[in-house]
Amino acid sequence: MMKLVFALAALAALALVPAFAGPYPLGLGIGILGYGVLATAWAMFSGPTRYISLATVAFFGLGAYTVAVLADMLPYPLVLLVAAFVGLVVALIVGLATLRLAGIYFVIFTFGLTELVRQLVTYYEVNVTRTLGRYVFLPLGPEHIYWQLLALLAATLAIAFWVSRARIGLALRVIGDDPVVASHLGIRITRTKLTLFSISCVIMTLAGAIQAPRWTYIEPSIVFNPTTSFLVVIMALLGGPNRLFGPLLGAVPLFLLFEWLSANFPNHYSIILGLLFIAIVFVLPNGVLAAGDSLWSRLTRREARP
Amino acid sequence: MLFSAILTGLVLGGTYALVAMGLTLQYGVARIMNLAYGDIIIAASFGAYVLFTALGINPLLGMLIVIPAGFALSWLIYAVMLQPLARRSRDRGRLEGDSILATFGLLFVIQGVALVLFGSGFMSYSFLAVPVDILGTTVAANRLLAFVLAVVFGLGLWLVLTRTRFGTVIRAVAANPASAPLVGINVDSVARFAFAIGGALAAAGGVVVSMYLTFSATMGVIFTMKALIVVIMGGVGNLMGALAAGLILGLVETLVASFIDPGLTLAATYLIFLTVLVVRPQGLFGRAAR
Repeated sequence: MMKLVFALAALAALALVPAFAGPYPLGLGIGILGYGVLATAWAMFSGPTRYISLATVAFFGLGAYTVAVLADMLPYPLVLLVAAFVGLVVALIVGLATLRLAGIYFVIFTFGLTELVRQLVTYYEVNVTRTLGRYVFLPLGPEHIYWQLLALLAATLAIAFWVSRARIGLALRVIGDDPVVASHLGIRITRTKLTLFSISCVIMTLAGAIQAPRWTYIEPSIVFNPTTSFLVVIMALLGGPNRLFGPLLGAVPLFLLFEWLSANFPNHYSIILGLLFIAIVFVLPNGVLAAGDSLWSRLTRREARP
Repeated sequence: MLFSAILTGLVLGGTYALVAMGLTLQYGVARIMNLAYGDIIIAASFGAYVLFTALGINPLLGMLIVIPAGFALSWLIYAVMLQPLARRSRDRGRLEGDSILATFGLLFVIQGVALVLFGSGFMSYSFLAVPVDILGTTVAANRLLAFVLAVVFGLGLWLVLTRTRFGTVIRAVAANPASAPLVGINVDSVARFAFAIGGALAAAGGVVVSMYLTFSATMGVIFTMKALIVVIMGGVGNLMGALAAGLILGLVETLVASFIDPGLTLAATYLIFLTVLVVRPQGLFGRAAR
């Protein structure tokens, strides 16, 4: 109960940020929230199963593109619904095709999925609509985007919390630890994985859809930028993909670091990113929170045993 | 028209097969799923480009420099970065996950270095761009050479693996890494060596690619993807499977590009990949339950 009150108070405090913050801090806030949503959604599925999805930006970009295409035709809430639906359909297709197979095939497929979706969208735009690039004009200011993302983040965290407590989350953890045991326990492996994969992908799609008005001009090479997928994985890994707040805690420092890097070292950006990524895989395989926990338990144990 | 498309497809497929053989060695023997593989290919292409344009060294001679460099670089990558991961992980799933993540980081490092050195523009050079007449169709001599080189390297590797003692050792580790030490095989060093040979093949592929295609620093991902698809289609660790699958992929791509739409080649590649994954996940020529 206390935790719930605390969470609601934190949410209310964060919702007031646009009233005080200038345009630049607000932009940073939007970036952090956006990546926080993506990393939390990514970890919801990939944390317990260890099925590493490298296709985050494919769904993110699909959401953004849906908004770009439909913004003039439908009212905004309906556009978001359609975007979520598009994300769901693609997630189901990808999931049904790949989730039955060993994890490695899933990784490889998602690795190329972004490129595939990008090429298909480009092909469609060039050959059918004959324009590459679209403009998004929606009467939404940065503060509206901030609030929407905040709401989405709250919803994502709530879903992640519920999943970690519910049967389906436990089932997913068993599958991640040992699929053979899981099937002997009577867990429907494919259905469980597919459900959570779809939830996670729909959230990613919505994150893209909500942020679409920020760009004004949208082109496949902008919204399907593979670096985004990469950043999401590294954020979730840094914070710890098996903790509720882990991915979010990884997203805050890394997003700020990347902002600083891209402003100061635009040419060496990806080299530094890659090295950082390798370092995190080596040093913190379970994330900062888990490393902190084990350090803490080691310290306290030493004190208890004089 | 059809004949020339088939010829182009065979040339392209030969390169894919060559490149995929290296990846199938790395994954089949060293158990490393190397997502930076395509970037090693592109790095070798840049190497051949620099040697040819700045120093005037013929790419064929350049191979004598680029291929050992690819071998050494991959050896180093495995020894410094991947061997500690292999030692740390108890089960194969964990190693696969960790190696995918680590090489994913490596991909950005190599690509970043290439971007800093060469920029993001498309590169190519003109080497042996003279037309050759084959059964009434003209083909550029460099494409023909690329195909011949792919065949020579592929055959050479196959002979080494099937006819020599060392090849038998490599295949033993691929078949069963847990039992290989029982017959006195040092799995660690064999895995490192196989990974390095894979890198050398990637470098050879890169030089071949640079002779007849335009390339850019960010193209590595596409080559990794295609090599992976060929490996999975052919069956992991199966060299002849990789050869056949590479040729099929090259043919399909060229046919789709020339008769349907060049924008849909990647979609066609994916369609094949998905079909193979769903229908025969062990690969077109692999045996079930390896």
